[in-house]
Amino acid sequence: MKKYILPALKLTVVMIVLLALVYPALIAAVGKAAPGAGKGETVVVNGKVVGYALIGQKFTDDKYFQGRPSAVDYNAAGSAGSNKGPSNPDYLKVVQERIDSFLVHNPGVKKEEIPAELVTASGSGLDPDLSPAAAKIQVKRIAAIRKLDEAKLTALVEQHIQKPFLGLMGPAKVNVLKLNVALDKLP
Amino acid sequence: MNTELTGVVVTFLITVLLAFPLGRYIARVFRGDRTITDFMNPVERFIFRISGIDPTKRMNWKEFLKAMLTINMLWFVYAFFLLLFQDKLPLNPDGNPGQTPDLAFNTAISFLVNCDLQHYSGESGATYLTQLFVMNFLMFVSAATGIAALVGVLNGLKEKTTNNLGNFWSIFTKTITRLLLPLSIVVALLLVFNGTPASFDGKDTITTLQGDTVQVSRGPAAGMIAIKHIGTNGGGWFGANSAHPLENPNYFTNMVELVAQMIIPIAMIFALGFYINRRKFAYVIFGVMTIGMLCLLIPTINWEVNGSPAIAQLGVAQPTGAMEGKEVRFGPASSGFWSIVTTIISTGSVNSMHDSSMPLSGMMQMLGMMINAFYGGCGVGILNYLIYVIIAVFIAGLMVGRTPEFMGHKVEAREVKIAAIVTLFSAFLLKAGVALAAYFVAHHPEAAWAVRPGNWLNNPGYHGFSEMLYEFTSANANNGSGFEGLGDNNIFWNLSTGIVLILSRFIPIIGPIAIVGLLANKKFIPESPGTLRTDSVTFGMMTFAVIIIINALSFFPALTLGPIAEYFSM
Repeated sequence: MKKYILPALKLTVVMIVLLALVYPALIAAVGKAAPGAGKGETVVVNGKVVGYALIGQKFTDDKYFQGRPSAVDYNAAGSAGSNKGPSNPDYLKVVQERIDSFLVHNPGVKKEEIPAELVTASGSGLDPDLSPAAAKIQVKRIAAIRKLDEAKLTALVEQHIQKPFLGLMGPAKVNVLKLNVALDKLP
Repeated sequence: MNTELTGVVVTFLITVLLAFPLGRYIARVFRGDRTITDFMNPVERFIFRISGIDPTKRMNWKEFLKAMLTINMLWFVYAFFLLLFQDKLPLNPDGNPGQTPDLAFNTAISFLVNCDLQHYSGESGATYLTQLFVMNFLMFVSAATGIAALVGVLNGLKEKTTNNLGNFWSIFTKTITRLLLPLSIVVALLLVFNGTPASFDGKDTITTLQGDTVQVSRGPAAGMIAIKHIGTNGGGWFGANSAHPLENPNYFTNMVELVAQMIIPIAMIFALGFYINRRKFAYVIFGVMTIGMLCLLIPTINWEVNGSPAIAQLGVAQPTGAMEGKEVRFGPASSGFWSIVTTIISTGSVNSMHDSSMPLSGMMQMLGMMINAFYGGCGVGILNYLIYVIIAVFIAGLMVGRTPEFMGHKVEAREVKIAAIVTLFSAFLLKAGVALAAYFVAHHPEAAWAVRPGNWLNNPGYHGFSEMLYEFTSANANNGSGFEGLGDNNIFWNLSTGIVLILSRFIPIIGPIAIVGLLANKKFIPESPGTLRTDSVTFGMMTFAVIIIINALSFFPALTLGPIAEYFSM
């Protein structure tokens, strides 16, 4: 063993310098040229930062589009899913409560129209997106509260749909924060 | 075909198309031919000079192993103490505490062995210093260790009779400078320009649109996320791993991270063909592994896309499939794809929470790890496959009544014994661990550990058993993903999985190196019409059958108690 320890030790030191110092510093330096300067891209309204574009946030007010349930309550100092198994009876009770609550807050919506993503928790607890269907189903509620035309709101959602990657791959989605920022700007 | 399935198919095709030339390149690097990365030559010479290493010195299999194990031991000690005292060291902008000794033990081993079980959350359980100097560092060197072990084995198979497996230091260093580092830089930059943070700024505090005050964790994450995939490590910067929107911002980065984790394992298969000049053997391996992957993948995607029967009973629509634990931007098809890729390839990063997958999808994920040789981790996947090959050669030899041969060398009792021990010991470790855990849950639910056994399980019944089974399967496969509902940060899980990790990493590396070391020393027997050809499709099917039979016999009873029972109860 002895004749291997010294080279192993020296090689380790060299690799630490290369991989733990030079490599991250290089990425951080080049990252300064990226959107958000490598610190995360923010959303700014009237000169004030209201959030990170990629980090979902909590909307409990009925006048906003609401994102998905979150196992960490959208606290971005952490992140986690619920880790509930599909057959867990307590979990299914929670989902049932979310369905009931959604129906109360969204009069006129039928249960079989609710997309499951609105009553199931995301993987990160910070999911910033909704599918177009999950956004559109909230239009009726928001239109009634804000006294806006439903068609106008639906058009706003349509504008905010991000198509699949290259129009070919992956799902379409709507960024909830950006949609709500635009919603606040509606006359 | 819909956009989600297109995304899956395109991702796989891109990977194979890139892996082929990369495999050729890897073979050239280790053969010492001219390559486009020759500008690294002076850097390597400099590294060897200050480390006092003679890169041309030949090593036999015992010397090769000694070098490898010595440096790995050093890394463990280094990592353990850094994690233990991380709170007192610099680069801790969020003021996170030091790790407890049992957690530091588990974390150090886990990253050392390319597994990355994380019994902590990156946001609160590590500092920027340990993320970079322990996790990020070990991700590079553990992947390089695996690849170096494979290259050593290939050196033994390349020559007719030899006791030279090459120079460990040289192969290890070149793996980093020629392969891991360049690829990681490319992936990291793609991530940064799509929104993954890379700066050293700590948590940010913001007021949301609705008026809540929220803190947002950040940090120099992009580089680590790149090597976590390139090196098939899997440990996340953030707790939610690649489901976290900063760790995996959009569908494009999702594809990049998928390609990044598959590319080296697949490229190594082609590299093997070029390097030892047995291309047909490599294509048969690639075929067997791909068919194996598809057998696990297609049903999983189907289950996830169709949604949960329990949710369907509640009467809501599931247009986007089973969404518990999944992210909208990836959808169920890509989440199902990822869950299989990450388990067959020993990456263990996740873009959805496996604990919430459909019961039989969870079984497919576990099977991927139990087999651990459909592509498999950096370097070690092929080593695991070679163990199955040795057993297949032996059984086939018995069936036709000839002395089994592999690559022109007689396979005798000693080699077959090593292969059998490696295979059976892995099944033993896994099941003994689960049995022990189940014993504590059932009989000592109040044992005074940081998390009492009575509170370990996040789900009742069969699924709770699956959580324990998954954890040991993951540790045993050096995978690192988990059914994360399990309360695993306590002395039982930290120690037991730590021990399983170290044994299940080094035995399957030492085994093949010893086998090849022994084989390569024997007299070379030229091929004759009587030789059992290991590069034929028939032999590929034979190997596939051996893989299925060994794993079905070893694990079917345990799977029946967990995911299969849950499936039938729903």
